[in-house]
Amino acid sequence: MEKHAGFMKALKCRECGREYPLTANHVCDFDFGPLEVVYDYDRVKQTLTRAAIQARPKSMWRFRELLPVAGNPTVGLEVGCTPLIKADRLARRLGIRELWIKNDTVNYPTLSFKDRVVSVALSRAKELGFTTVACASTGNLANSVAANAAAAGLKAYVFIPADLEQSKVLNSLIYGATVIGIKGHYDEVNRLCAEIAGKYPWAFVNVNMRPYYAEGSKSMGFEIVEQLGWRIPSNTVVCMASGSLLTKIHKSYQEAIKMGLAPQAAYRVHGAQATGCSPISTAQKAGLDFFKPVKPNTIAKSLAIGTPADGFYALKVMKETNGRADDVTDDEIRQGIKLLAECEGIFAETAGGVTVGVAKKLIASGAIPADDAAVLCITGHGLKTLDAVAGHAGYTREIKPSLREFESLLDAETRSPARV
Amino acid sequence: MPVKVLIPTPLRKLTHDEEVVQITAATVGGAIAELQSRYPGIKERLTDEAGGVRRFVNVYVNEEDIRFLQNQETALHDGDEISIIPAIAGG
Repeated sequence: MEKHAGFMKALKCRECGREYPLTANHVCDFDFGPLEVVYDYDRVKQTLTRAAIQARPKSMWRFRELLPVAGNPTVGLEVGCTPLIKADRLARRLGIRELWIKNDTVNYPTLSFKDRVVSVALSRAKELGFTTVACASTGNLANSVAANAAAAGLKAYVFIPADLEQSKVLNSLIYGATVIGIKGHYDEVNRLCAEIAGKYPWAFVNVNMRPYYAEGSKSMGFEIVEQLGWRIPSNTVVCMASGSLLTKIHKSYQEAIKMGLAPQAAYRVHGAQATGCSPISTAQKAGLDFFKPVKPNTIAKSLAIGTPADGFYALKVMKETNGRADDVTDDEIRQGIKLLAECEGIFAETAGGVTVGVAKKLIASGAIPADDAAVLCITGHGLKTLDAVAGHAGYTREIKPSLREFESLLDAETRSPARV
Repeated sequence: MPVKVLIPTPLRKLTHDEEVVQITAATVGGAIAELQSRYPGIKERLTDEAGGVRRFVNVYVNEEDIRFLQNQETALHDGDEISIIPAIAGG
Protein backbone atom coordinates (compact mmCIF):
# COMPACT_ATOMS: atom_id res chain seq x y z
CA MET A 1 0.00 0.00 0.00
CA GLU A 2 1.16 3.53 -0.75
CA LYS A 3 2.44 5.34 2.28
CA HIS A 4 0.56 8.60 1.76
CA ALA A 5 -2.92 7.47 0.90
CA GLY A 6 -4.97 10.50 -0.06
CA PHE A 7 -4.69 13.05 2.71
CA MET A 8 -3.98 10.38 5.34
CA LYS A 9 -0.47 9.83 6.67
CA ALA A 10 -0.77 6.95 9.15
CA LEU A 11 -2.71 5.39 11.98
CA LYS A 12 -1.46 6.50 15.39
CA CYS A 13 -2.08 5.20 18.92
CA ARG A 14 -3.88 7.80 21.02
CA GLU A 15 -2.19 6.46 24.16
CA CYS A 16 1.49 5.98 23.28
CA GLY A 17 1.83 7.61 19.84
CA ARG A 18 3.21 4.55 18.03
CA GLU A 19 2.41 4.74 14.31
CA TYR A 20 0.98 2.02 12.06
CA PRO A 21 0.28 1.64 8.32
CA LEU A 22 -3.20 2.47 6.99
CA THR A 23 -4.64 -1.06 7.15
CA ALA A 24 -7.74 -2.51 8.80
CA ASN A 25 -6.43 -2.24 12.35
CA HIS A 26 -7.87 -0.44 15.36
CA VAL A 27 -5.68 -1.43 18.30
CA CYS A 28 -2.12 -0.58 19.26
CA ASP A 29 -0.03 -3.74 19.48
CA PHE A 30 1.70 -2.43 22.56
CA ASP A 31 -0.90 -1.07 24.97
CA PHE A 32 -4.22 -1.85 23.22
CA GLY A 33 -4.88 1.88 22.86
CA PRO A 34 -7.18 3.07 20.04
CA LEU A 35 -5.67 4.00 16.69
CA GLU A 36 -6.61 7.26 15.01
CA VAL A 37 -6.06 8.56 11.47
CA VAL A 38 -3.35 11.22 11.09
CA TYR A 39 -3.84 13.72 8.24
CA ASP A 40 -1.44 15.84 6.26
CA TYR A 41 -3.05 19.11 7.34
CA ASP A 42 -0.71 21.24 5.23
CA ARG A 43 -1.99 19.55 2.10
CA VAL A 44 -5.60 19.56 3.30
CA LYS A 45 -5.42 23.32 3.78
CA GLN A 46 -4.43 23.88 0.18
CA THR A 47 -7.74 22.63 -1.21
CA LEU A 48 -10.27 22.63 1.65
CA THR A 49 -11.47 26.24 1.58
CA ARG A 50 -14.93 27.70 2.22
CA ALA A 51 -15.32 28.53 -1.48
CA ALA A 52 -14.28 25.05 -2.59
CA ILE A 53 -16.65 23.38 -0.13
CA GLN A 54 -19.60 25.54 -1.15
CA ALA A 55 -19.05 24.71 -4.82
CA ARG A 56 -19.29 20.96 -4.15
CA PRO A 57 -22.41 18.74 -4.18
CA LYS A 58 -24.55 18.82 -1.05
CA SER A 59 -23.35 15.72 0.79
CA MET A 60 -20.99 14.99 3.67
CA TRP A 61 -18.27 14.35 1.09
CA ARG A 62 -17.89 18.10 0.51
CA PHE A 63 -15.43 17.79 3.44
CA ARG A 64 -13.65 14.94 1.70
CA GLU A 65 -10.08 16.01 2.56
CA LEU A 66 -10.79 15.38 6.26
CA LEU A 67 -12.52 12.04 5.73
CA PRO A 68 -10.23 8.98 5.63
CA VAL A 69 -10.40 7.52 2.15
CA ALA A 70 -7.44 7.33 -0.22
CA GLY A 71 -9.26 7.91 -3.49
CA ASN A 72 -12.74 9.12 -4.35
CA PRO A 73 -15.49 7.76 -2.09
CA THR A 74 -17.53 4.93 -3.62
CA VAL A 75 -20.21 4.26 -0.99
CA GLY A 76 -22.82 6.68 0.36
CA LEU A 77 -22.28 9.56 -2.02
CA GLU A 78 -25.64 11.12 -1.07
CA VAL A 79 -25.20 10.92 2.71
CA GLY A 80 -25.28 14.00 4.94
CA CYS A 81 -26.09 17.69 4.51
CA THR A 82 -29.13 17.20 6.71
CA PRO A 83 -31.13 20.28 7.78
CA LEU A 84 -30.07 22.56 10.63
CA ILE A 85 -33.40 23.89 11.93
CA LYS A 86 -33.81 27.07 13.98
CA ALA A 87 -36.07 25.73 16.70
CA ASP A 88 -37.81 28.84 18.07
CA ARG A 89 -40.83 27.06 19.53
CA LEU A 90 -38.69 24.51 21.36
CA ALA A 91 -36.35 27.31 22.46
CA ARG A 92 -39.25 29.03 24.23
CA ARG A 93 -40.28 25.80 25.93
CA LEU A 94 -36.74 25.10 27.13
CA GLY A 95 -36.12 28.72 28.10
CA ILE A 96 -33.15 29.56 25.91
CA ARG A 97 -32.55 32.48 23.55
CA GLU A 98 -31.38 30.57 20.47
CA LEU A 99 -31.76 26.88 19.70
CA TRP A 100 -30.90 24.79 16.65
CA ILE A 101 -31.67 21.18 15.76
CA LYS A 102 -29.18 19.29 13.60
CA ASN A 103 -31.71 16.90 12.13
CA ASP A 104 -30.09 13.58 11.26
CA THR A 105 -33.47 11.82 11.54
CA VAL A 106 -33.63 12.46 7.80
CA ASN A 107 -30.16 11.28 6.90
CA TYR A 108 -29.92 9.17 3.73
CA PRO A 109 -30.56 6.27 3.30
CA THR A 110 -31.43 4.86 6.75
CA LEU A 111 -32.54 7.86 8.82
CA SER A 112 -29.73 8.09 11.35
CA PHE A 113 -26.29 9.64 11.72
CA LYS A 114 -24.81 6.17 11.27
CA ASP A 115 -25.05 6.61 7.48
CA ARG A 116 -22.14 9.04 7.86
CA VAL A 117 -19.76 6.59 9.52
CA VAL A 118 -20.83 3.68 7.34
CA SER A 119 -20.24 5.49 4.04
CA VAL A 120 -16.67 6.19 5.17
CA ALA A 121 -16.08 2.68 6.56
CA LEU A 122 -17.41 0.90 3.47
CA SER A 123 -15.63 3.20 1.02
CA ARG A 124 -12.39 2.49 2.86
CA ALA A 125 -13.19 -1.26 3.14
CA LYS A 126 -13.53 -1.45 -0.64
CA GLU A 127 -10.21 0.34 -1.06
CA LEU A 128 -8.59 -2.25 1.20
CA GLY A 129 -10.07 -5.08 -0.88
CA PHE A 130 -12.77 -6.41 1.46
CA THR A 131 -15.89 -8.04 0.01
CA THR A 132 -17.63 -8.84 3.30
CA VAL A 133 -18.54 -6.23 5.90
CA ALA A 134 -19.92 -6.60 9.42
CA CYS A 135 -20.75 -4.68 12.58
CA ALA A 136 -21.73 -4.92 16.23
CA SER A 137 -24.76 -2.72 16.60
CA THR A 138 -27.52 -1.40 18.85
CA GLY A 139 -29.68 -1.12 15.73
CA ASN A 140 -29.05 2.05 13.73
CA LEU A 141 -25.61 0.93 12.62
CA ALA A 142 -27.00 -2.47 11.60
CA ASN A 143 -29.62 -0.74 9.42
CA SER A 144 -27.02 1.44 7.76
CA VAL A 145 -24.46 -1.32 7.16
CA ALA A 146 -27.18 -3.57 5.72
CA ALA A 147 -28.51 -0.89 3.35
CA ASN A 148 -25.21 0.58 2.21
CA ALA A 149 -23.63 -2.87 1.77
CA ALA A 150 -26.58 -3.93 -0.39
CA ALA A 151 -26.20 -0.86 -2.60
CA ALA A 152 -22.44 -1.39 -2.84
CA GLY A 153 -22.72 -5.11 -3.63
CA LEU A 154 -20.96 -6.19 -0.43
CA LYS A 155 -21.94 -9.13 1.75
CA ALA A 156 -23.06 -8.08 5.23
CA TYR A 157 -23.22 -9.73 8.65
CA VAL A 158 -24.79 -7.67 11.40
CA PHE A 159 -24.67 -8.62 15.07
CA ILE A 160 -27.26 -7.13 17.45
CA PRO A 161 -28.64 -7.80 20.93
CA ALA A 162 -31.54 -10.23 20.39
CA ASP A 163 -34.03 -8.00 22.25
CA LEU A 164 -33.83 -4.98 19.90
CA GLU A 165 -36.90 -3.10 18.69
CA GLN A 166 -38.72 -5.07 15.99
CA SER A 167 -38.53 -2.19 13.52
CA LYS A 168 -34.75 -2.05 13.80
CA VAL A 169 -34.47 -5.79 13.19
CA LEU A 170 -36.72 -5.64 10.11
CA ASN A 171 -34.84 -2.59 8.87
CA SER A 172 -31.71 -4.74 8.65
CA LEU A 173 -33.28 -7.96 7.35
CA ILE A 174 -35.02 -6.30 4.40
CA TYR A 175 -31.72 -5.55 2.67
CA GLY A 176 -30.67 -9.19 2.67
CA ALA A 177 -28.05 -8.91 5.40
CA THR A 178 -27.38 -11.89 7.66
CA VAL A 179 -28.72 -10.70 11.03
CA ILE A 180 -27.42 -12.46 14.11
CA GLY A 181 -29.22 -11.76 17.38
CA ILE A 182 -27.04 -12.36 20.40
CA LYS A 183 -28.66 -13.29 23.69
CA GLY A 184 -27.02 -10.57 25.75
CA HIS A 185 -26.25 -6.86 26.06
CA TYR A 186 -24.50 -4.83 23.39
CA ASP A 187 -21.24 -5.13 25.34
CA GLU A 188 -21.43 -8.89 24.96
CA VAL A 189 -22.21 -8.54 21.25
CA ASN A 190 -19.18 -6.30 21.01
CA ARG A 191 -16.89 -8.75 22.77
CA LEU A 192 -17.98 -11.57 20.48
CA CYS A 193 -17.41 -9.36 17.42
CA ALA A 194 -13.89 -8.52 18.59
CA GLU A 195 -13.21 -12.25 18.72
CA ILE A 196 -14.81 -12.91 15.31
CA ALA A 197 -12.90 -9.99 13.78
CA GLY A 198 -9.65 -11.60 14.89
CA LYS A 199 -10.53 -14.80 13.08
CA TYR A 200 -12.39 -13.88 9.86
CA PRO A 201 -11.12 -11.64 7.05
CA TRP A 202 -14.07 -9.23 7.25
CA ALA A 203 -14.25 -5.48 7.51
CA PHE A 204 -15.99 -4.96 10.85
CA VAL A 205 -16.91 -1.29 10.54
CA ASN A 206 -16.70 -0.56 14.26
CA VAL A 207 -13.97 -3.03 15.16
CA ASN A 208 -11.02 -3.32 12.76
CA MET A 209 -12.28 -0.42 10.57
CA ARG A 210 -13.03 1.77 13.57
CA PRO A 211 -10.32 4.42 13.00
CA TYR A 212 -11.84 5.23 9.57
CA TYR A 213 -15.46 4.67 10.57
CA ALA A 214 -15.39 6.99 13.58
CA GLU A 215 -14.02 9.89 11.51
CA GLY A 216 -17.26 9.92 9.51
CA SER A 217 -19.01 11.49 12.51
CA LYS A 218 -16.95 14.65 12.04
CA SER A 219 -19.06 15.49 9.01
CA MET A 220 -21.99 16.26 11.33
CA GLY A 221 -19.88 18.92 13.05
CA PHE A 222 -18.47 20.37 9.82
CA GLU A 223 -22.01 20.74 8.49
CA ILE A 224 -23.15 22.54 11.66
CA VAL A 225 -20.25 24.98 11.30
CA GLU A 226 -21.05 25.68 7.64
CA GLN A 227 -24.80 25.93 8.21
CA LEU A 228 -24.30 28.48 11.00
CA GLY A 229 -22.39 30.67 8.53
CA TRP A 230 -18.91 29.34 9.38
CA ARG A 231 -18.95 29.63 13.13
CA ILE A 232 -18.73 27.20 16.04
CA PRO A 233 -21.85 27.10 18.24
CA SER A 234 -21.18 28.10 21.84
CA ASN A 235 -23.01 24.99 23.12
CA THR A 236 -23.56 21.61 21.46
CA VAL A 237 -25.52 18.81 23.14
CA VAL A 238 -24.69 15.29 21.95
CA CYS A 239 -26.07 11.96 23.07
CA MET A 240 -23.49 9.42 24.21
CA ALA A 241 -23.40 5.65 23.71
CA SER A 242 -19.71 4.83 23.20
CA GLY A 243 -18.98 8.58 23.40
CA SER A 244 -17.44 8.53 19.92
CA LEU A 245 -19.82 11.05 18.31
CA LEU A 246 -19.15 13.61 21.03
CA THR A 247 -15.39 13.33 20.64
CA LYS A 248 -15.66 13.63 16.85
CA ILE A 249 -17.93 16.70 16.98
CA HIS A 250 -15.23 18.30 19.13
CA LYS A 251 -12.55 17.19 16.67
CA SER A 252 -14.50 18.65 13.75
CA TYR A 253 -14.69 22.03 15.50
CA GLN A 254 -10.95 21.90 16.21
CA GLU A 255 -10.18 21.04 12.61
CA ALA A 256 -12.52 23.75 11.28
CA ILE A 257 -10.55 26.30 13.32
CA LYS A 258 -7.21 24.79 12.33
CA MET A 259 -8.08 24.83 8.60
CA GLY A 260 -9.26 28.45 8.82
CA LEU A 261 -12.89 27.58 8.05
CA ALA A 262 -14.20 29.08 11.31
CA PRO A 263 -12.75 31.69 13.66
CA GLN A 264 -11.31 30.59 16.98
CA ALA A 265 -14.06 30.67 19.59
CA ALA A 266 -14.83 29.28 23.02
CA TYR A 267 -17.38 26.48 22.87
CA ARG A 268 -18.74 23.81 25.15
CA VAL A 269 -19.69 20.26 24.21
CA HIS A 270 -22.23 18.64 26.54
CA GLY A 271 -23.05 14.92 26.79
CA ALA A 272 -26.44 13.24 27.22
CA GLN A 273 -27.19 9.74 28.50
CA ALA A 274 -30.14 7.72 29.73
CA THR A 275 -30.17 7.23 33.49
CA GLY A 276 -30.51 3.47 32.89
CA CYS A 277 -27.12 3.47 31.15
CA SER A 278 -25.11 6.43 32.34
CA PRO A 279 -21.49 5.44 33.00
CA ILE A 280 -20.12 8.59 31.34
CA SER A 281 -22.55 11.16 32.77
CA THR A 282 -22.22 9.63 36.25
CA ALA A 283 -18.43 9.99 36.06
CA GLN A 284 -18.66 13.55 34.68
CA LYS A 285 -21.01 14.66 37.43
CA ALA A 286 -18.69 13.17 40.06
CA GLY A 287 -15.71 14.96 38.53
CA LEU A 288 -13.92 11.74 37.62
CA ASP A 289 -11.80 11.17 34.52
CA PHE A 290 -12.62 7.45 34.40
CA PHE A 291 -15.93 5.60 34.43
CA LYS A 292 -17.28 2.42 35.95
CA PRO A 293 -18.91 0.03 33.46
CA VAL A 294 -22.63 -0.65 34.00
CA LYS A 295 -25.26 -3.16 32.87
CA PRO A 296 -27.77 -1.16 30.82
CA ASN A 297 -31.50 -0.97 31.53
CA THR A 298 -33.18 1.76 29.48
CA ILE A 299 -35.68 2.27 26.65
CA ALA A 300 -32.90 4.15 24.83
CA LYS A 301 -31.49 0.94 23.41
CA SER A 302 -29.40 2.70 20.79
CA LEU A 303 -27.44 4.28 23.67
CA ALA A 304 -27.26 1.12 25.81
CA ILE A 305 -23.50 0.62 25.91
CA GLY A 306 -22.33 -0.13 29.43
CA THR A 307 -18.61 -0.19 28.59
CA PRO A 308 -18.22 2.87 26.35
CA ALA A 309 -15.09 2.61 24.21
CA ASP A 310 -14.60 6.38 24.02
CA GLY A 311 -15.79 7.11 27.55
CA PHE A 312 -12.37 8.34 28.70
CA TYR A 313 -12.04 10.67 25.73
CA ALA A 314 -15.61 11.96 26.01
CA LEU A 315 -14.89 12.89 29.64
CA LYS A 316 -11.70 14.63 28.53
CA VAL A 317 -13.52 16.67 25.87
CA MET A 318 -16.17 17.81 28.34
CA LYS A 319 -13.47 18.76 30.83
CA GLU A 320 -11.46 20.70 28.24
CA THR A 321 -14.45 22.55 26.79
CA ASN A 322 -16.10 23.14 30.16
CA GLY A 323 -19.04 21.04 29.01
CA ARG A 324 -21.37 19.12 31.28
CA ALA A 325 -23.13 15.77 31.20
CA ASP A 326 -26.48 14.70 32.56
CA ASP A 327 -28.94 11.85 32.18
CA VAL A 328 -32.71 11.37 32.03
CA THR A 329 -35.19 8.67 33.01
CA ASP A 330 -37.34 6.66 30.59
CA ASP A 331 -40.31 8.97 31.29
CA GLU A 332 -38.21 12.06 30.65
CA ILE A 333 -37.00 10.47 27.39
CA ARG A 334 -40.59 10.02 26.18
CA GLN A 335 -41.39 13.60 27.23
CA GLY A 336 -38.35 14.78 25.26
CA ILE A 337 -39.54 12.93 22.15
CA LYS A 338 -43.02 14.48 22.47
CA LEU A 339 -41.69 17.96 23.12
CA LEU A 340 -39.52 17.89 19.99
CA ALA A 341 -42.37 16.46 17.91
CA GLU A 342 -44.99 18.93 19.16
CA CYS A 343 -42.75 21.99 18.94
CA GLU A 344 -40.80 21.33 15.77
CA GLY A 345 -42.55 18.55 13.86
CA ILE A 346 -39.54 16.28 14.19
CA PHE A 347 -40.06 12.69 15.36
CA ALA A 348 -36.83 11.44 16.93
CA GLU A 349 -35.99 8.02 18.31
CA THR A 350 -35.28 7.52 22.00
CA ALA A 351 -31.74 8.91 21.72
CA GLY A 352 -33.26 12.21 20.53
CA GLY A 353 -35.53 12.20 23.58
CA VAL A 354 -32.40 11.81 25.71
CA THR A 355 -30.71 14.79 24.05
CA VAL A 356 -33.77 17.05 24.40
CA GLY A 357 -34.37 15.93 28.00
CA VAL A 358 -30.78 16.57 29.02
CA ALA A 359 -30.69 19.93 27.21
CA LYS A 360 -33.75 20.92 29.21
CA LYS A 361 -32.00 20.01 32.47
CA LEU A 362 -28.77 21.78 31.53
CA ILE A 363 -30.65 24.97 30.60
CA ALA A 364 -32.75 24.82 33.77
CA SER A 365 -29.64 24.44 35.93
CA GLY A 366 -27.82 27.25 34.14
CA ALA A 367 -25.08 24.94 32.83
CA ILE A 368 -26.22 26.25 29.44
CA PRO A 369 -27.02 29.95 30.05
CA ALA A 370 -30.55 31.05 29.08
CA ASP A 371 -29.20 34.01 27.08
CA ASP A 372 -26.89 31.78 25.06
CA ALA A 373 -27.28 29.58 21.95
CA ALA A 374 -27.19 25.80 21.60
CA VAL A 375 -27.27 23.12 18.91
CA LEU A 376 -28.88 19.77 19.69
CA CYS A 377 -27.62 16.80 17.66
CA ILE A 378 -30.65 14.62 16.91
CA THR A 379 -29.31 11.35 15.61
CA GLY A 380 -32.10 8.96 14.55
CA HIS A 381 -35.73 8.73 13.43
CA GLY A 382 -38.66 7.93 15.73
CA LEU A 383 -40.19 5.40 13.35
CA LYS A 384 -37.34 3.10 14.38
CA THR A 385 -38.37 2.97 18.04
CA LEU A 386 -42.17 2.97 17.93
CA ASP A 387 -42.26 0.39 20.75
CA ALA A 388 -40.85 2.98 23.14
CA VAL A 389 -43.68 5.48 22.66
CA ALA A 390 -46.56 3.10 21.94
CA GLY A 391 -49.26 3.78 24.54
CA HIS A 392 -47.68 7.13 25.48
CA ALA A 393 -48.40 9.23 22.39
CA GLY A 394 -52.10 9.87 22.87
CA TYR A 395 -55.03 7.94 21.43
CA THR A 396 -57.32 7.86 18.42
CA ARG A 397 -60.88 9.18 18.81
CA GLU A 398 -63.02 6.60 17.06
CA ILE A 399 -66.48 7.47 15.73
CA LYS A 400 -68.99 6.29 13.14
CA PRO A 401 -68.97 8.14 9.79
CA SER A 402 -71.59 10.54 11.09
CA LEU A 403 -71.44 14.33 11.31
CA ARG A 404 -73.56 14.22 14.45
CA GLU A 405 -71.09 11.94 16.22
CA PHE A 406 -68.22 14.15 15.15
CA GLU A 407 -69.88 17.26 16.48
CA SER A 408 -70.79 15.68 19.77
CA LEU A 409 -67.14 14.55 20.10
CA LEU A 410 -65.92 18.10 19.43
CA ASP A 411 -68.46 19.44 21.87
CA ALA A 412 -67.40 16.99 24.58
CA GLU A 413 -63.74 17.75 24.08
CA THR A 414 -64.35 21.51 24.17
CA ARG A 415 -66.20 21.18 27.44
CA SER A 416 -63.63 18.87 29.03
CA PRO A 417 -60.48 18.73 26.90
CA ALA A 418 -59.26 15.15 26.61
CA ARG A 419 -56.10 14.46 28.47
CA VAL A 420 -53.35 13.17 26.26
CA MET B 1 -6.26 -24.06 39.68
CA PRO B 2 -5.69 -25.12 36.07
CA VAL B 3 -7.38 -22.53 33.83
CA LYS B 4 -7.46 -21.66 30.16
CA VAL B 5 -6.34 -18.24 28.89
CA LEU B 6 -7.44 -17.02 25.44
CA ILE B 7 -4.69 -14.85 23.95
CA PRO B 8 -5.73 -11.97 21.65
CA THR B 9 -3.99 -11.43 18.31
CA PRO B 10 -1.76 -8.52 19.44
CA LEU B 11 -0.18 -10.69 22.16
CA ARG B 12 0.38 -13.87 20.16
CA LYS B 13 3.88 -12.84 19.12
CA LEU B 14 4.80 -13.25 22.79
CA THR B 15 3.08 -16.62 23.14
CA HIS B 16 4.74 -18.02 20.00
CA ASP B 17 1.37 -17.89 18.19
CA GLU B 18 -0.41 -19.93 20.87
CA GLU B 19 -4.09 -18.84 20.92
CA VAL B 20 -4.96 -20.75 24.06
CA VAL B 21 -2.63 -21.22 27.02
CA GLN B 22 -3.16 -23.54 30.01
CA ILE B 23 -1.89 -22.20 33.32
CA THR B 24 -2.37 -22.73 37.02
CA ALA B 25 -3.27 -19.80 39.27
CA ALA B 26 -5.58 -18.94 42.18
CA THR B 27 -6.55 -15.41 41.07
CA VAL B 28 -6.59 -13.26 37.93
CA GLY B 29 -3.59 -11.34 39.27
CA GLY B 30 -1.83 -14.65 39.86
CA ALA B 31 -2.64 -15.69 36.30
CA ILE B 32 -1.03 -12.51 34.94
CA ALA B 33 2.09 -13.20 37.03
CA GLU B 34 2.19 -16.78 35.77
CA LEU B 35 1.85 -15.60 32.16
CA GLN B 36 4.73 -13.17 32.75
CA SER B 37 7.01 -15.90 34.08
CA ARG B 38 6.25 -18.04 31.07
CA TYR B 39 6.16 -15.27 28.41
CA PRO B 40 8.38 -12.42 29.65
CA GLY B 41 7.09 -8.99 28.59
CA ILE B 42 3.40 -9.86 28.62
CA LYS B 43 2.71 -8.17 31.97
CA GLU B 44 3.68 -4.67 30.83
CA ARG B 45 1.29 -5.05 27.93
CA LEU B 46 -1.62 -5.85 30.21
CA THR B 47 -0.97 -3.63 33.20
CA ASP B 48 0.16 -0.03 33.69
CA GLU B 49 2.95 1.35 35.88
CA ALA B 50 0.71 1.21 38.95
CA GLY B 51 -0.02 -2.47 38.38
CA GLY B 52 -3.67 -2.03 37.37
CA VAL B 53 -5.10 -3.57 34.23
CA ARG B 54 -4.63 -1.05 31.39
CA ARG B 55 -7.74 0.99 30.65
CA PHE B 56 -8.05 -0.32 27.10
CA VAL B 57 -7.72 -3.97 28.08
CA ASN B 58 -10.78 -5.94 29.12
CA VAL B 59 -10.34 -9.16 31.06
CA TYR B 60 -13.19 -11.63 31.41
CA VAL B 61 -13.52 -14.72 33.57
CA ASN B 62 -16.09 -17.06 32.05
CA GLU B 63 -17.42 -14.15 29.99
CA GLU B 64 -17.90 -11.81 32.98
CA ASP B 65 -15.86 -8.58 33.01
CA ILE B 66 -13.52 -8.70 36.04
CA ARG B 67 -14.54 -5.11 36.86
CA PHE B 68 -17.93 -6.59 37.82
CA LEU B 69 -16.12 -9.24 39.88
CA GLN B 70 -13.12 -8.55 42.16
CA ASN B 71 -10.73 -7.25 39.49
CA GLN B 72 -7.32 -8.90 39.86
CA GLU B 73 -8.43 -10.45 43.16
CA THR B 74 -11.09 -12.49 41.33
CA ALA B 75 -10.69 -16.12 42.39
CA LEU B 76 -10.19 -18.78 39.74
CA HIS B 77 -11.65 -22.27 39.78
CA ASP B 78 -10.78 -25.46 38.00
CA GLY B 79 -11.66 -25.18 34.31
CA ASP B 80 -12.29 -21.40 34.29
CA GLU B 81 -11.68 -19.54 31.07
CA ILE B 82 -9.98 -16.14 30.97
CA SER B 83 -10.41 -13.95 27.87
CA ILE B 84 -8.22 -10.92 27.25
CA ILE B 85 -9.86 -8.60 24.75
CA PRO B 86 -9.01 -5.10 23.47
CA ALA B 87 -11.61 -2.66 24.84
CA ILE B 88 -11.72 -0.43 21.82
CA ALA B 89 -14.54 -1.56 19.64
CA GLY B 90 -18.10 -0.67 18.99
CA GLY B 91 -20.31 2.33 19.32
